[in-house]
Amino acid sequence: MLMRIKGARVVDPGNIDGKKDIIINDHLIDAVVDPENVRTAADMETIDARGMIVVPGLIDIHVHLREPGHEYKETIETGLLAAARGGFTAVCAMPNTLPVNDNRQVTQFILQRAKELGLSKVYPAGAITQGSMGQALAEIYDMKQAGIVAVTDDGKPVENSNLMRRALEYCKGLEMPIFVHAEDVSMADGGSMNEGPFATSWGIKGIPNAAESIMVVRDIALSELTGASVHFCHISTRESVEAIRQAKKRGVNITCETAPHYFTLTDADVKDYNTNFKMNPPLRSEEDRQAIIHGLADGTIDLIASDHAPHSVVEKDVEFDRAAFGIVGLETSLPLSLKLVQDGVLTLTELVNKMAKHPAKIIGMNNDIKPGNTADLTLIDPEDTYEIDPETFRSKSRNTPFSGMKIKGSTFLTMVDGRVVYQRD
Amino acid sequence: MRFAKKDILDIESLEPHEISMILDTAQGMKEISERPVKKVPTLRGKTIVLFFQEPSTRTKLSFDTAAKRLSADSLSLSKSSSSIVKGETLIDTAKNLEAMKPDIIVLRHPSSGAPHLIAKRVNASVINAGDGIHAHPSQALLDMMSVRERKGKIEGLKVSIIGDIAHSRVARSDITGFLKMGAAVSICAPGTMIPKGIERSGCTVSPTMETCIDGADVIMMLRIQKERQGSILFPTEREYATLFGLNKARLKLANKEVIVMHPGPMNRGVEISSEVADADNSIILEQVTNGVALRMALFYLLAGGGRHADAH
Repeated sequence: MLMRIKGARVVDPGNIDGKKDIIINDHLIDAVVDPENVRTAADMETIDARGMIVVPGLIDIHVHLREPGHEYKETIETGLLAAARGGFTAVCAMPNTLPVNDNRQVTQFILQRAKELGLSKVYPAGAITQGSMGQALAEIYDMKQAGIVAVTDDGKPVENSNLMRRALEYCKGLEMPIFVHAEDVSMADGGSMNEGPFATSWGIKGIPNAAESIMVVRDIALSELTGASVHFCHISTRESVEAIRQAKKRGVNITCETAPHYFTLTDADVKDYNTNFKMNPPLRSEEDRQAIIHGLADGTIDLIASDHAPHSVVEKDVEFDRAAFGIVGLETSLPLSLKLVQDGVLTLTELVNKMAKHPAKIIGMNNDIKPGNTADLTLIDPEDTYEIDPETFRSKSRNTPFSGMKIKGSTFLTMVDGRVVYQRD
Repeated sequence: MRFAKKDILDIESLEPHEISMILDTAQGMKEISERPVKKVPTLRGKTIVLFFQEPSTRTKLSFDTAAKRLSADSLSLSKSSSSIVKGETLIDTAKNLEAMKPDIIVLRHPSSGAPHLIAKRVNASVINAGDGIHAHPSQALLDMMSVRERKGKIEGLKVSIIGDIAHSRVARSDITGFLKMGAAVSICAPGTMIPKGIERSGCTVSPTMETCIDGADVIMMLRIQKERQGSILFPTEREYATLFGLNKARLKLANKEVIVMHPGPMNRGVEISSEVADADNSIILEQVTNGVALRMALFYLLAGGGRHADAH
């Protein structure tokens, strides 16, 4: 079957930027052509996309789908419905499920379930160590054969530096990216929000910036020692940004991501013990927020990932220090990131790189909009203005700090393998 | 004038005029405890739940005494006797308490913000009797009452607070309260016990005990928790006492009319020497006496003379 996306601006950095029509034949991109050159066929279905922007399918490489094990927070199905609504054609599923994705069986289960659903795609990340316990390497090659695209013990760091060194050496040989959750647990010391005047005033135990940057600096050193590439997850502090900037200047093989909340909110926004503002790393100071924005603008920060972390009221409607860390992000990531374009921090091209092309590159995918490639596409409505309403979320969980925020830009349509998996009403 | 607040959660949320009103009311309550029959019928038929999720003797006793002197029925619920140990959430426990129609819930809890969490969910007034390292408003109010009683005012005084500020809800509430009422507050502690950004509240962080108490009108010593000895916060009580203990020699640096306070329980010979604790300018026991009057005032304002009639 043929499909035509008509009248949109197509933005694929380094490839296309202009008014083009895209012809899709079954699951593949058939042609990207000037509108006047489209040869219409009788059975061609047309998507009227005037006013919209078509970009390569967005990929969120940091998502907690919670299944298997924590289906009351999210299932692969609800997580992927949320991904589709957020404009993501694919997500990387973090391995901290129950059981942990540290073996082929769990990887296969996740991929099988995603295949049955036919929604957005899942690229699973496996654990670095068995059970993510930081003691012994998991069977990374076996998981790679089963379909993982990266390894991480996300949620916690590999505390043992020597084990981390060996993991990097091992993964280098397998060409397997390592995603680092950079946290010195002894420095974090059981804290619940950013250390500083606000934590002091609320009487909440603080987590200093150094809890993150110490580990960032350590793993830069280990990347230099081993020559292995390292990807830093959810960077939140100015010290981390600066360390990564300097390391990149030296040619160290590292990349990093930040999440929308770190360039949108600060610890001053944590109020009335609202646990929807509690995540790890925590919301930092305004200075840190500015450093994150600067790091995005100058390219130090390669990409944006949501760290979508659904939790139910059981974990969130409790005392602040007892509440689980994390917020949902799949359905707010794109509009919050579009604000960077509206504010002139990033060009649209740069944003598409940070949400589609760079994530793809890190996990070894190619989502260019070109004939022969899979038709994974995101259609963005840049003008849609609305208030974020958690009740509209397709995710099973509602733990967002952005409820009620006025925002501009939404997903108009998400296409995976030539099929429409989300279309705005 | 009516008291408009439903809850007493922290000092931040009280206006200076509300603090004055509480202190004035407490001053009036004090006389009841001097009578041969120490009981008035003011809160007869009112129910006050003392919900203590953390060990406490004097604060709980003080609240309980205050309730009884006003003829309210007070009920105690401790951690071991509550369903929290059976896995019930704080909100569920609070809702269950609410279903028994108490007028006031007094909550002590190890988590900062716990009283704020339940205050939003129950119709009863909530009094924070200490939450984590956040706030202990009734203690700060009784401290302000005691200072005002002795000094005739709070405004313009120099108040020095010495001890583990980082882990002290008393310190946080006192700093906020005394600053709000126009005093200057200076604090001092080992660097490990000064919370980051505390100076943003408006207090001064003094580098040494000597500079901290220089010219002080009020010195408040905080209890050093013995269990923290030998941890990463300080090496020994001996060394702590040498650097931060209040003794007679140090006291000479303060204003001649200085008063010495301590929220209790004291570690004699550690943060405070016995001769200082027992001297005439020590008002440590007056703090305890005033504590009852102050808590009677809180009960009265929340359930009796204040908002009650139309707010419930």
